Amino acid sequence: MKEDKGNFLDGPRLDAVSKVRGRERYAADEYSEEFLWAGAKRALVPHARLFAVHASRAGAHPGIVRVLTFRDIDGPNRLGIVRNHQPVLVDKVIRHVGDPVALVVARSREALLGALDLVTFDYEPLPGVFDPEEALKEGAPRVHEDNEEGNLMRAVRVRRGDPDGAFRGCDVVAEGVFETSRQEHAYLETEAGWARVDENGVLVVVVSTQTPYRDRKEMAHALGLGTDRVRVIAPYLGGAFGGKDGITVQCLLGLAALHTDGVPVKMWWDRRESFLAGVKRLPARMYYRLGAKTDGTFQALSCRLYFDAGPYAGLTGEIMAMGVEHAGSAYRIPNVNIEGYCVYTNNALGGPFRGFGVPQSTAGMEQVVNMVAGKLGMDPLEVRRVNALKTGDRNCVGVELRHSTGFSECVDRLVEHRFWKDREAWKASAPSWKKRGCGVGCMAHGMGYPALIPDEANARVELTENGTIRVYSGVSDMGQGNAGTYLRIAGEILNQDPATMEIIQPDTDHDLPSGTSSASRTTYTFGNAVIEAAGGLKGIILRAGVRSLGVGGVDSVELVPGAVRVKGSARQMALRDVAALIDAGGRSCTGYFRTPHDESTLNIMYLGTHVLYSYGAHLARIEVDTLTGRIDVVDYVAVTDAGRVLNRSVYDQQVQGSIAQGIGWALMEDYIVKGGRHETGDMATYIVPTSVDVPDMTSVAVEPDEATGPFGMKGIGEVVISGCLPAIANAFHDACGARITRAPFTPERVLSALAGEGEKSETEDILCS
Amino acid sequence: MKQKISFVLNDSPVAVETDPGRRAVDVLREDLGLTGTKEGCGEGECGACSVLVDNVVKLSCLMTAGQLEGKRVVTIEGIAGDGELHPVQRSFVELGAVQCGFCTPGMVVTAVGFLEVNPAPTRDEIRVAMSGNVCRCTGYQKIIDAVEDAAEKMRAGSSRG
Repeated sequence: MKEDKGNFLDGPRLDAVSKVRGRERYAADEYSEEFLWAGAKRALVPHARLFAVHASRAGAHPGIVRVLTFRDIDGPNRLGIVRNHQPVLVDKVIRHVGDPVALVVARSREALLGALDLVTFDYEPLPGVFDPEEALKEGAPRVHEDNEEGNLMRAVRVRRGDPDGAFRGCDVVAEGVFETSRQEHAYLETEAGWARVDENGVLVVVVSTQTPYRDRKEMAHALGLGTDRVRVIAPYLGGAFGGKDGITVQCLLGLAALHTDGVPVKMWWDRRESFLAGVKRLPARMYYRLGAKTDGTFQALSCRLYFDAGPYAGLTGEIMAMGVEHAGSAYRIPNVNIEGYCVYTNNALGGPFRGFGVPQSTAGMEQVVNMVAGKLGMDPLEVRRVNALKTGDRNCVGVELRHSTGFSECVDRLVEHRFWKDREAWKASAPSWKKRGCGVGCMAHGMGYPALIPDEANARVELTENGTIRVYSGVSDMGQGNAGTYLRIAGEILNQDPATMEIIQPDTDHDLPSGTSSASRTTYTFGNAVIEAAGGLKGIILRAGVRSLGVGGVDSVELVPGAVRVKGSARQMALRDVAALIDAGGRSCTGYFRTPHDESTLNIMYLGTHVLYSYGAHLARIEVDTLTGRIDVVDYVAVTDAGRVLNRSVYDQQVQGSIAQGIGWALMEDYIVKGGRHETGDMATYIVPTSVDVPDMTSVAVEPDEATGPFGMKGIGEVVISGCLPAIANAFHDACGARITRAPFTPERVLSALAGEGEKSETEDILCS
Repeated sequence: MKQKISFVLNDSPVAVETDPGRRAVDVLREDLGLTGTKEGCGEGECGACSVLVDNVVKLSCLMTAGQLEGKRVVTIEGIAGDGELHPVQRSFVELGAVQCGFCTPGMVVTAVGFLEVNPAPTRDEIRVAMSGNVCRCTGYQKIIDAVEDAAEKMRAGSSRG
């Protein structure tokens, strides 16, 4: 009966009402009658040998409960995902200014701040290393004495075909050196958590995290606890973007709570500490060379990518590998030599940030593509159209594309857009002192984890005794809205209004390990598991309904909102009554999904590759103020293939938010670290876009049906950000005939470029370093 | 040195015994349990801690508790109370202006305060009025849409009334 079948995938976000009333309780919002504050003493020296920590003065300060050092840690005191080498509290060597050397537990925040000043430590400064290429030279100071390859954290090389021979056969070759900045996530909710040891001796941590299940393992290991003695709960996050993909406050907070006799402990980094101790997008320096024939076909790509990892591995090697996999953007290139180097330095911690290495290499590739188009005298979109990947092609690293590949259509839609067609007239009508330009940038982005790492999800959907539907999430909602989307997916399968349903946020006690809230996977992977779980529950409900309604088989009944009904009749049974017929254990169903992967890609590169990609093509219209050097992005069009759109509003939230972060990264965001010391300390010196810096944006969805996706979708969380910087860089070149190779494109760099100094001097700087 | 500070909070008189030099945001969140007011930067750059003080938008991270004495303070919890959503809140929900939600209370409070002063703003005026509130998720477009939509609906509502 059609009228009873709502479109439950569409509609406003289900978490919006509690958030708009200020009622949603984030990790930062935990308080109780009695609780303690924990805070870290940060090293503030970039590289040093630690001899002794003096805690007695701080310990004697009024209101101080404990001052803890590495000696108070029973476990190995080492964190890490791939390499376990980051200390919870420094025991021997300080490797960046944000390294914590002591942990203070206090009765009030005021007492905490007073005592942190009284903690002192003895150390011997060591020479530091602050540039990834310098760090690879013979004799450079070593960040990790025991790392066999010096400061090289990881190298990844992909070689296909005969790049040297192919370059010799090219009609044009373009090359450039491009640099991108260290980007700070600047989520509004700084790192926060709440911990206590419960009556069963379990360390319970409520924390703003993208990774509850992995956190539990890391915490248990570092602190020397059994995994069953740690429980991690992840409420809604106040933003993360990759910056909470791993340990922030968790271990310090857990360590504090192990020493407070069951009294809860709160840790909430202020903005300065968040900047000092949090991870950043890895700065990159990229040497690009691309060759083509006169017909525009790309023949050969050669590039070297240097990523500044900072002092600890974290996920930096994997980020660099992702940059390598996507180094050729969304084009067919038969001959490639791609080299990626991830290098230890004593700079800020590197880590995941929306895009995970792809925005960096795409920034280089999409600019050199324009340079090739310029040398060929070809339209920059035409050269992209000629080389666009299609289903059945192999991408730059050699992955055969067997899934939906809507990139050509993205480019075609941009070609047809009036902003592109009318660009010359628009440019010609620039106001006084302004120059106008139109630029394009395209991209691909792999879904989920690479082949070696199982990308799995486990979901549970339950019929409660009240007859309502409850969905247990295994993947944190950092703000992208996946929790509400899971309800909508279950609602669509069960034909129940999602507004009547309940989401249970991730809690390791629910035993639904589902990986991380990252990698553009949250709706794709977990959504598929929800479909299976909800489908199973539907069968249970229908079978129970058949029994009590006394009708033939499950084909003779259907789910309608709130009830099971005999098809074609008014006879129905409320879900509450159906629930009463099933024992508690039988009223829930689990679902499992693993993202498609191809083990043969392990031969291509470290971790293997992805097999499923989203794509996009962007157009930026900019105005350059030739007097002040300010660039304004006046219009922005993003055409995206992320498969079918489940919910247009939530989809466009990802598109628009990514563009704003991409514009920030292109024009203003630069977390400056000099000699290992952070010169960007707070939101007064680290400038992110405000409402006057971002234009109204146009989002166009190309919607090929992705057969493996829930309702045909692919991930939209990350793909969009990679197009912004190159689109703006190419627009600047279109406007001014110069290329600024070092981002962000600040007014100073713009004015230098306009004076004819920018490109040359910056390139020489780079080549000299 | 603790002192008694009395003010009207979300239409009810309150009195707190505290050091008048403490930050207003801490008194609201920790002492009064109103955690809807968020702290994002602690230095007046992000607007997450916005509250209305005598109908004017103020940053509670830059105010002391003592400065609340005798004032009429409205936090996000008082914008609609337990009743129906305020038109600004409703537009934020309906037009997708909420993502992680951590900037949302400050955004809503700022928009409510702004529309009191300028009930018929242009889109550009809305952009400028909201530019002291940082949002890292949305790209602002849907927030501007929501404020524009709420302004229209509030005007329509008041012309009917």
